[in-house]
Amino acid sequence: MDFELTNRQKQIRTAAREFAEGEFPPIARECDRKEEFPRELWKKACELGFIGLFIKKEYGGLGLGFLEFAMVMEEFWRVDPGCGNILLTTFGSELIQTYCTEEQKKKYLPPLTSGKAIMGTAITEPDAGSDILSILTRAKIEGDHYVINGSKQFITNGSIANYLAVFCLTHPEADSRLKRFGVILVETDRPGFSASKIVGKMGIRASDTAEIRFSDVKVPRENLIGPKEGDGFYHIMQLSNSNRMIAAAQGVGVAQGALEKAIQYVKKRKQFGQPLANFQAIQFKIAEMATWVEAARSLTYKAGWMIDHGKVDPKIISIAKYIAGEVGVKVANDGLQLHGGYGYIADYDMERFYRDAKIVEIYEGTKEIEKNTIARELLGRV
Amino acid sequence: MDFELTDEQKDIQKAAREFAEKTFPEVAEESDLNETFPKALWKKACDFGFVGVFIEEAYGGPGLGFLEHAIITEEFLRVDAGCGTVLATTLGSEFIHFFGREEQKKKYLPLLPKGEAIMGMAITEPDAGSDVASVSTVARKAEDHYVINGSKIFITNGSIADYLVVLCVTNEQEKDRSKRHSPILIETNREGFEANKLKRKLGMRASDTAEVNFSEVKVPLENLVGEVEGDGFYQLMTVFNHTRVAVAISGVGIAQGGLEKAIQYSKQRRQFGSPLSSFQGIQFKLAEMASLIEAARVLCYRAAWLVDQGKIDPKLISMAKWFGGEVAVKVIDEVVQIHGGYGYLGEYGIERLYRDAKLVEIVEGTKEIEKVIIARELLGR
Repeated sequence: MDFELTNRQKQIRTAAREFAEGEFPPIARECDRKEEFPRELWKKACELGFIGLFIKKEYGGLGLGFLEFAMVMEEFWRVDPGCGNILLTTFGSELIQTYCTEEQKKKYLPPLTSGKAIMGTAITEPDAGSDILSILTRAKIEGDHYVINGSKQFITNGSIANYLAVFCLTHPEADSRLKRFGVILVETDRPGFSASKIVGKMGIRASDTAEIRFSDVKVPRENLIGPKEGDGFYHIMQLSNSNRMIAAAQGVGVAQGALEKAIQYVKKRKQFGQPLANFQAIQFKIAEMATWVEAARSLTYKAGWMIDHGKVDPKIISIAKYIAGEVGVKVANDGLQLHGGYGYIADYDMERFYRDAKIVEIYEGTKEIEKNTIARELLGRV
Repeated sequence: MDFELTDEQKDIQKAAREFAEKTFPEVAEESDLNETFPKALWKKACDFGFVGVFIEEAYGGPGLGFLEHAIITEEFLRVDAGCGTVLATTLGSEFIHFFGREEQKKKYLPLLPKGEAIMGMAITEPDAGSDVASVSTVARKAEDHYVINGSKIFITNGSIADYLVVLCVTNEQEKDRSKRHSPILIETNREGFEANKLKRKLGMRASDTAEVNFSEVKVPLENLVGEVEGDGFYQLMTVFNHTRVAVAISGVGIAQGGLEKAIQYSKQRRQFGSPLSSFQGIQFKLAEMASLIEAARVLCYRAAWLVDQGKIDPKLISMAKWFGGEVAVKVIDEVVQIHGGYGYLGEYGIERLYRDAKLVEIVEGTKEIEKVIIARELLGR
């Protein structure tokens, strides 16, 4: 066992922290208020190598692991979750790196790390959330093309992405429900593609979310991710494993940020003639918050380390994601509570953290789905 | 980073599990009912090398770490918490290990892993629990002796120990409350020593707990642990940083054992025409229990690993301890719940878990004291 970060990892973490602390605060509130993706910030993060650091060097990344990605995510979310989601501009590239041909990798990966393109993954539909096997977006094979029709909901980067990995029904006739799907790369400038940005999200409002539609969108068959038809479901499951761990890191980050804000506030704020920090009830709350953050972090690092060592464990990943999501919400709630009235107004950023934290319990698999996964691992299929 | 156990650690884990599964069940219920310490089991555990694994080779132990001790503790407590406390027969040896003089190490340590002596540490008093600095058992110097007077309560192994490390006031005049105490080794066959076993504990009834009294007990000055008087409070804090890790992982072991029983039961028990495990309400409960256990386990392992690297982190240790205790109590509550009426009855062994688990939130620093420590680290004094 070894619970220490390597020096390289420590350096990465420090760099990520410094970048976030230097760059996020001046724009975070405005991005939240205007629901705007911080394009300049994203470019800067690309220049410094933070975006897609798990992408191999030959395709423009740093060739690091998912654990390092998680650490950067945690540090970014600690300062501002909305701004932190500039790291999701590579969402889906994991699939390209693992399953695509050399030409596809060369074509689609380098633009992501160099700040020339944004991507996303489109899975959820209006009527297919947790139950992803019930998606209806249809990709019909016509000669050397797919023709895609359907719509997708809650798509991260949907209205700003240059290309999306789209989870489609390609073989509805297959006997096994699990073998009916394909993930297809769709460039967003193709005729028939349209995206409507969703406004009025509760939190992570600097992150773009859209509803997208495909109306007879033609894509060459070579845009299928992976060499084999019908493997789409498995690809998405694999993508989920790493992305759930990354989402867990978001929960840890938002909780850590809220904890630090709370600590700072209770030391300054005086009531009954002394700082709040002097009261044991406040001390215990802080102690409990910190313990939960530490537990969630340890679980997340463990899950990340296992992924990087080829020991993907869906149970540990789901545990990390569920606990970290819940910890984010709990600790942000406690942090706001400790701020009292000031926590409830925008000037103190706590209310934004409170709104932002909730998403981790919902996206990349709701916490209920995580519990299904954990229970299945414990009980077998019942 | 590396989240895997070494091959040696895995072997230890497996051996501990097999030993506990083979030997505990036959004595667990009876030890609980009769409130007796399983002496034969303790001897066997010593024979197999499970007791005092952190004791250095020079003093008769295998010279492993506190992580290995924690691994064994988890596996033992997973099978039965009361029987698992055969591992607590080295309690207080940490004082000797860290602060004792060479002669003391040679005299007192080798007997423990061999199964030739049991020890304990006597800190708590009727009026001094969490507030350790108010301990008032006094050791007065008289020529080449200390004369000890006072009484201690809730002392693990109090009525079966061969020797105890006793926290005494030696520097009464010292202004600073935390510089008044010293640990003194007291053999229990000395005149004036008396122990009364405490009966009817809620749980962990295989573990011996006693009230001990010192009435003009004479011990040679050389029984002072270490060289200087007045460091006892600080030494105790170091000892706690080690023993708390083992207590924290006890919570994980108890919870893990309970979870496995609940899983098994939920697959067998049928209601409304299908096994309990097919109901999502039960599935979610089990998922939540397993998640809490994993969270507690990773905190404990991290705390233990850091201890072995000489990087003691009192904050993390306290986190592991209160969290491990709370997880044990929460998880076992659900284990009883899933077992329904059967969980409430003695013959299934589930109600024993419920009683045993609670101790982890109290012993070796209540969870409230752990939170005080964490808050102090975060907020400063």
